Amino acid sequence: MQMLVEEIMNTSVPTLTPTHTINDALLLLKAKRIRHIAIINTENEVLGVVTDRDLKEATPSTLLTSNNPEVYELPLEKIMTTNPIVGHPLDFIEETATIFYDNRIGCLPIVSQGKLVGMITESDLLYKFIELTGAHQPGSQIEVRVPNRPGVLFEVSKVFYEQKMNVLSVLVYPDKANEAYKILVLRVKTINPISIIEALRTEGFEVLWPNHPGMTL
Amino acid sequence: MAKSSGNDSMKKNAVFVFSEDQLGYRFSDTHPFNQKRLTLTVDLLKEMNALSSSDIVVPRIATDEELSLIHDPQYIEIVKKASLETNDTTVYESYGIGTEDTPIFPHMHEASASLVGGTLTAVDYVMEGKSLHALNLGGGLHHGFKGRASGFCIYNDSSVAIKYMQQKYNARVLYIDTDAHHGDGVQWSFYDEPNVCTISIHETGRYLFPGTGNITERGTGEGYGTSFNFPIDAFTEDESFLEIYRTALREIVESFKPDVILSQNGADAHYFDPLTHLYGTMNIYREIPKLAHELAHQYCGGKWIAVGGGGYDIWRVVPRAWSLLWMEMNDLKTPEGNLPKAWMDRWSKESPVPLIPTWMDPTPLYEPIPRKAEIMEKNKQMLDKALYALRNQQSYKNHQ
Repeated sequence: MQMLVEEIMNTSVPTLTPTHTINDALLLLKAKRIRHIAIINTENEVLGVVTDRDLKEATPSTLLTSNNPEVYELPLEKIMTTNPIVGHPLDFIEETATIFYDNRIGCLPIVSQGKLVGMITESDLLYKFIELTGAHQPGSQIEVRVPNRPGVLFEVSKVFYEQKMNVLSVLVYPDKANEAYKILVLRVKTINPISIIEALRTEGFEVLWPNHPGMTL
Repeated sequence: MAKSSGNDSMKKNAVFVFSEDQLGYRFSDTHPFNQKRLTLTVDLLKEMNALSSSDIVVPRIATDEELSLIHDPQYIEIVKKASLETNDTTVYESYGIGTEDTPIFPHMHEASASLVGGTLTAVDYVMEGKSLHALNLGGGLHHGFKGRASGFCIYNDSSVAIKYMQQKYNARVLYIDTDAHHGDGVQWSFYDEPNVCTISIHETGRYLFPGTGNITERGTGEGYGTSFNFPIDAFTEDESFLEIYRTALREIVESFKPDVILSQNGADAHYFDPLTHLYGTMNIYREIPKLAHELAHQYCGGKWIAVGGGGYDIWRVVPRAWSLLWMEMNDLKTPEGNLPKAWMDRWSKESPVPLIPTWMDPTPLYEPIPRKAEIMEKNKQMLDKALYALRNQQSYKNHQ
């Protein structure tokens, strides 16, 4: 699985120019069921971004009775975020996710050689992480609590190798209850994880299956 | 759809599709999917005088053409080829066979096609009006995909049977799956079909295979709103299970108005089942067929086909559960008290675990669940969310 932005970016990006109106942008959001629009010039260079929140702030409340129709005819250059943060097709997806998180942004125009080549949104990233969990393929999930020391992953995966069990995905996260441990979350391609669970337990690993508050099996 | 031309006085109430050949679907001596459960069930029913040889119908073998209603011809060829040579398994693994779950075994194609044929035999009896209901406990292999084996299932008898009913009888089919695992193979076969409604109640995919079956899987295109999923939490008990089952099935049947009901009766939601984490008891297996039976009479002129499915405690759970299913199908009184002594004597020695001597489970069967109320509440919330769109559409119709 590639972990580069170019693998998941949307390449047919909805765009408008700074002279398009707020009404144009509202119609485009509605038609495409999106929340972010890249604002470009005729050279396909990114000048800004307009989001559904920018538009909501700029337009009158739907609860107001007196309407203000001229607002809808104002150009987008008046409300767009200029100099937006942009990314590159070869950026790593994990780094890109950090940029979204740190800057609290919802979309990232992707630029190469000065031109807009794609866009990534929060939803695209979220889907990628769903894929990483392996949840889109038939399998069972096993969680193993392991000591946080070098070589543990090897020892665990050796058990899977010996059981000839196909692993769909592996996630590692810290054990909240005890810093000296980590939780390995493995999705395995089987309906019958009993033999692998027994083998893991024989090797001295703590298997949480299922890991339910207040219950053990 | 085709009306029955049968003479009602000649019509049977129910047929039991079975032959010893169905025991040939056998991966290995140690594999959890073990059709010995069919032998144990048939024997228990005979001891109860609930099954006579005139009730039993021999299954036919599904033709390649029938299998191709769902399966890719290339996949069928691969299964046939694997049935002949079991040496080199690597080429088959991308088709899901020759794996730990679904190892290759001799005559695999014939055995699998015979299970599909059994469900088609059941379908023909019901749809041609020769019998009101029919049961094929050898069927229910709901994980089989178009071009891939999965979760012990090679061919998907229920998918083939539903397609067959659509084509041959132009029927509107409701499929209800109470196996503890999500009925993914059947769901994906008819995901865009508006005339097939699939319902699956299963343990959530958080830990359990196959991981799908979220309430948000509702169908696509014209079939949007005809796939229903009710994922229940690990440690769910009878009361909550039955609340979900009864509410969901009644509301969906009322809205969908099927011509025929096909129920998949996996018996692996029981506390004893080694592969799942649900806490059902024999109560659910007494109650599940009652409602399917009632609704088949209310909406489908009685047309009800039932198949087996999962069920991995073959000694303590499956024979009792599936006997209750057949007895309900035949309007026999729900048995109480002890199992027949002859059956107990015959199998006690062979069983690796002490058999349960009574029809219902002893109470309590297990230690109380600490968070029972929360699990019930969470399941209830899931039920309301899963039925939200259906209920809204219903109240919209009522206001027109």
